Amino acid sequence: MNPAARLIIQRLLLGVLTLLVVSMLIFAAVEFLPGDLAEATLGQEATEETVAAIRRKLGLDRPPVERYFVWLGNLFQGELGVSYANGRDIVEVMGTRAQNTLFLAGMVAIIATPLAVGLGIIAALYRNSYLDRFINLVSLSAISIPEFLIAYLLIVTLSRSGMFPSFVVIDETTSLISRIYQSILPALALTVVVSAHMMRMTRASIINVLASAYVEMAHIKGAPKPAVVVRHALPNALAPIINVIAINLAWLVVGVVVVEVIFVYPGLGQLMVDSVGKRDIPVVQACSLFFASVYIILNLLADIGATLSNPRLRHGR
Amino acid sequence: MIGSISRRGLLKGAAALTLAAGPMAAGMAQASATPVRGGHLRAGISGGHTGDSFDPITFSDLFMTILGAGAVYSRLTEVDASGKVVGALAESWEASTDATVWTFNLRKGVEFHNGKLFTAEDVIASVNHHRGEDSKSPIKQIVDPIQLMTAPDPHTVVFTLDSGNADFAFLLFDYHLCMMPADAIGQGIGTGGYVVESFEPGVRAVAKRNPNYFRGDERAHFDSIELINFSDVAARTNALLSGGVDFINQVDLKTLKRMKRAPGIVINEQPGTRHYMFQMICTQNPFADNHVRMAMKYGVDRQAMLDKVLYGHGQLGNDHPISPANRYFDANLAQRAYDPDKAKFHLKQAGLDNLAVELATSDGAFDGAVDMAVLYRDSMAPIGIDVTVDRVPGDGYWSEVWRKRPFCASYSSGRATEDWILSSSYLSGVPWNATQWSNEAFDKLLIAARTELDEAKRSEMYGEMQRLISDDGGVIAPIFANHVEAHSDKLAHGEVGTVSEMDSGLMIERWWFT
Repeated sequence: MNPAARLIIQRLLLGVLTLLVVSMLIFAAVEFLPGDLAEATLGQEATEETVAAIRRKLGLDRPPVERYFVWLGNLFQGELGVSYANGRDIVEVMGTRAQNTLFLAGMVAIIATPLAVGLGIIAALYRNSYLDRFINLVSLSAISIPEFLIAYLLIVTLSRSGMFPSFVVIDETTSLISRIYQSILPALALTVVVSAHMMRMTRASIINVLASAYVEMAHIKGAPKPAVVVRHALPNALAPIINVIAINLAWLVVGVVVVEVIFVYPGLGQLMVDSVGKRDIPVVQACSLFFASVYIILNLLADIGATLSNPRLRHGR
Repeated sequence: MIGSISRRGLLKGAAALTLAAGPMAAGMAQASATPVRGGHLRAGISGGHTGDSFDPITFSDLFMTILGAGAVYSRLTEVDASGKVVGALAESWEASTDATVWTFNLRKGVEFHNGKLFTAEDVIASVNHHRGEDSKSPIKQIVDPIQLMTAPDPHTVVFTLDSGNADFAFLLFDYHLCMMPADAIGQGIGTGGYVVESFEPGVRAVAKRNPNYFRGDERAHFDSIELINFSDVAARTNALLSGGVDFINQVDLKTLKRMKRAPGIVINEQPGTRHYMFQMICTQNPFADNHVRMAMKYGVDRQAMLDKVLYGHGQLGNDHPISPANRYFDANLAQRAYDPDKAKFHLKQAGLDNLAVELATSDGAFDGAVDMAVLYRDSMAPIGIDVTVDRVPGDGYWSEVWRKRPFCASYSSGRATEDWILSSSYLSGVPWNATQWSNEAFDKLLIAARTELDEAKRSEMYGEMQRLISDDGGVIAPIFANHVEAHSDKLAHGEVGTVSEMDSGLMIERWWFT
């Protein structure tokens, strides 16, 4: 069998196993947290009777292992269930939010990836020049500044003047153009954060390759400097760059709660945090399965990309 | 000395005058002439959750209380800006002399948003939604005393209570007691001024004016409204300052001064019933001895807490839950001040020279609970009481720490009526009596006051109860928080209610664009 195809099948099977383990871990973790949905929703108002009534209604009085297998059984029948908190269908609750999250992540990926890789190549090309130092200074600062501060800075500079809205209001009826316009500030904030990582990795791995013998050979045969970097060094430096891009993209899907909160962006992050706070296990499970799937798929894509970019791995032995 | 003069000195301007004249009459209204119909209100509100729904049983935070109870649904009664109970869906009512049988006459010809006529059957179904064995309602306590509900005709409902309660009409203004069609409970179909157009829990809600609203032009002045959930206070502030929204609630007190200077922004501040507390469980040592409790109370530097935790936007408390915004607040009860000597005296009386206690606190209990605990530790040190501040996670605080640890931070939003807060949290043996305080004289007074219809006598009884809790109870309640909101100067309103935040939760129906 083609080694790439074998890798994909192997990884997909492993992925399913990973999801199963993730679902168990998350379920156990939420179980270990103090309190349950009944106590979390009622908070200070909780009395024994009302707590007991809610538990009976939702089946929270059943042992945890039983509840987990009931949930798992439903999952295999394609049933994600309903939210404990308000009885809404989870597919409906998550659907639009997942779309919003993917939209924002996609927008950032489209802006950030070419920007970061391009800057990384330039920095490597003109290593130790003032341009390189300037790019490094900016990207290191961007890594060091917490994302919420970047978000507030963007609001103060670009929103108070009325250029862009400081918060996002989108639903199914919002047009694509309005969606893009409203999402510019959150997308910019996230771009600043992820570009820096990706740019640093691009620069470092190209510089690493530039030290090898075949690059010196290319120089000696008289190839111009940009051609050496782009045609000889970059393909061999791709594997780590692809990996870092994949990890950053995954982070864009799962880890942007802070930016979501500041720009009131209705994504999955806030849903997950809210649901953990309320111990709404079905929603937490569904969110974490989605997040884990994103990680698994992006990692898989990264590995495939790395394999394809490396002739030694591509052809096997 | 920090006396009652200083407490009133904190209520600046008009609020102070109205407060001194009568606690409930507060309102810094820039009362502009007559309301004008029209416009689209955009409000940035905190307290929305992804688990929200239109079932009133799930109402627990601000977003749903002002959207659900304040705009979509209506209630039988309402508390107006001057603190009086007036009719809403009920036109009039009367109580039997012992306040056990209450007869409500309903408005005729009121339509639900789906066109169904509002009748007594709907009232009974809506109240029954909270009753019964399996009730999941947080207001079980209000509806439990209802023994019987009958509808002699479609426009009359008779409630029979198991014991008298002079405040019953008041209690029907609770934001959970929304009136819904008997066949469509909790689905967002009400009789209120606004009809839901779209609702995304924890994100946003849009509603348009109800053309068949039973109050006609008297209320619900905006053509349409949009509530957007902002959990981040800085985001809320930005949205208002950049003109994205017309109104925000729960303003950041730290930056309030600077916000006041922004052009076109108006601050709306009202005294509230929300209070922050440290609770001592009175059945556990060392708090079983009232001298210890008194020492703990005299060791509080209330003014420092008011200045540093609330940035001055509140009132000093007197270790009982009745605030200046309540009807029967007793202004004659002397304000307790920081007094190390008295604290030492009480400690001596308890037979102790020094004492070490552990105070559990968390910002999950309320914002500023950790600061308040640290301030307390510092003011207690000179007395010889060593307070160890134990900062615990906010997650699960109410189920794991509150009512379990002998000494912990807590808050209460307070209640519209004295009987309600006292019966739920201070009567011997009730589940929310978190300090397990028990006082026979207090219990007797509380029960008697429920059926006392003579205002002067009743006021005196509640005054005495405030004194009992203050001098004997297990709560240290140093501060009451004001409600602070901000809006654009294009919004106008009449006198503002103080039962709860945002004009007693009715700003959507009561306010208008100039």
